[in-house]
Amino acid sequence: MKMIKGYRRPNGKMGIRNHLLIIPTVVCANHVSNRIQQSAPASVAIPHQHGCSQIGDDKERTHKLLAGMGKNPNVGAVLLVSLGCEVIDASELKKEIEGTGKPVEWIDIQDAGGSIKAIQKGSELAKRLYKEIENIPRTDIPLSELILGVKCGGSDATSGLCSNPSLGRTSDMIIKQGGTIVMGETTEIIGAEHIVAESAVNEEVANKVYAYVDKFEKEVERIGADMRGGNPSPGNIEGGLSTIEEKSLGCISKAGTSPLIDVLPFAEGIPGRGYYFMDSPGNDIECVSGMAAAGVHMVCFTTGRGTPTGNPIIPVIKITGNEITASNMADNIDVDTSPVMKGKETIDDAGNRIFEIVIEIAQGELAKAEVLGHQEFSISRISISL
Amino acid sequence: MGKLTNEQELTSIVMSEIDNVATLLKNIDSGEKLQYAINGQKEELTAKQAIPFGHKIAIKPIQPFEDVVKYGQVIGAASIEITPGEHVHIHNIEGIRGRGDKAKGGQN
Repeated sequence: MKMIKGYRRPNGKMGIRNHLLIIPTVVCANHVSNRIQQSAPASVAIPHQHGCSQIGDDKERTHKLLAGMGKNPNVGAVLLVSLGCEVIDASELKKEIEGTGKPVEWIDIQDAGGSIKAIQKGSELAKRLYKEIENIPRTDIPLSELILGVKCGGSDATSGLCSNPSLGRTSDMIIKQGGTIVMGETTEIIGAEHIVAESAVNEEVANKVYAYVDKFEKEVERIGADMRGGNPSPGNIEGGLSTIEEKSLGCISKAGTSPLIDVLPFAEGIPGRGYYFMDSPGNDIECVSGMAAAGVHMVCFTTGRGTPTGNPIIPVIKITGNEITASNMADNIDVDTSPVMKGKETIDDAGNRIFEIVIEIAQGELAKAEVLGHQEFSISRISISL
Repeated sequence: MGKLTNEQELTSIVMSEIDNVATLLKNIDSGEKLQYAINGQKEELTAKQAIPFGHKIAIKPIQPFEDVVKYGQVIGAASIEITPGEHVHIHNIEGIRGRGDKAKGGQN
């Protein structure tokens, strides 16, 4: 059994990072959260634009995303910052995150008596929380506990020819070790959903693939627009991708060849091991944020055009098959698979290289996005603002 | 999916033997000859326009509304007639899926 060094959490889950996470429950608490984060350098914050004037599915989604980020085992402790009159229920959020056994504190700006007092009190709480987690050691944990998200963004023709098939080999290796792969982006299986559905373990799971794609396409019909221009994006088109079908067919190979165990709602906790599909937007930040909230430990992210996307709590590893992007955006790219395009390396070799880097980064080496401080986070929106 | 190999100095790649397009592995000038392999055979084709790296070139005649095939799968339909050697992209093929602009009234 292959072992890696990770953090064992009180609820038994494995984490590969040990973050102190500061969560504003509402957009109004962003500034106070950011100031607290600045005074506690080892912490990360997730400012976002939601948390109030939301009902129904939107309210539930915001709650689910914030709770999921707090529960992710890459997070050692959580500080919640609320305003006091918002839709999101901070006490409920606190209770849910505390269910994992990790320390959680909560400060309310109205209760504290304004921004200055909230920042002061919050900074003290952040320092105290950090002391509780700073000495948690890494221990030996089976690689089979790793949950790896696979994602692509800023795709071009090399994504389908080279970087995604290479990542697919890595996915197969992770599953062979007993681990878990999560693929998202419902948008980007349109035109290739029959191939994803064919890999499903049974008809019920296959039907879920079709149902999520149908729901998405119906929404595009309701809007009355051609997807092209939005997805494939202008950059995808410049990179040679002509239609969403072509993009999708290039996308799906990144999940490898394992049977699809189940299809899950957006940001839903991953219930078992193996290959899962998660309903999500194709939008890079929204999808990676949803994966983090689902408990994914890290994301392998292929790109042809080059994109800097990171996340506050999970490493995002950049893999390209475009040699120009690999040199032009060397700051951002962790793995260059373009030797495959020249016949100098096989897809298997490139998949092995990605696997080795996944192991290194799981054990604490920093991904380029982490080195650069990329911490993008966003919560996708379903309906209107009230 | 076809095995990626460039041993014969191929300048483009065909992913499946039923494809009617190849993907360019380098920028190609108008009139330049390019090579691809299909069914293990090396084939040659002359580009009718300058075509950038990563973009597609027709390797078979494609009629209007005919499927455009890459990876052995349908990636869209030709909007006009396309002849071998022509650049295949958004000016002459359309997606079939995600076309809210073509949705008929009354659909839910």
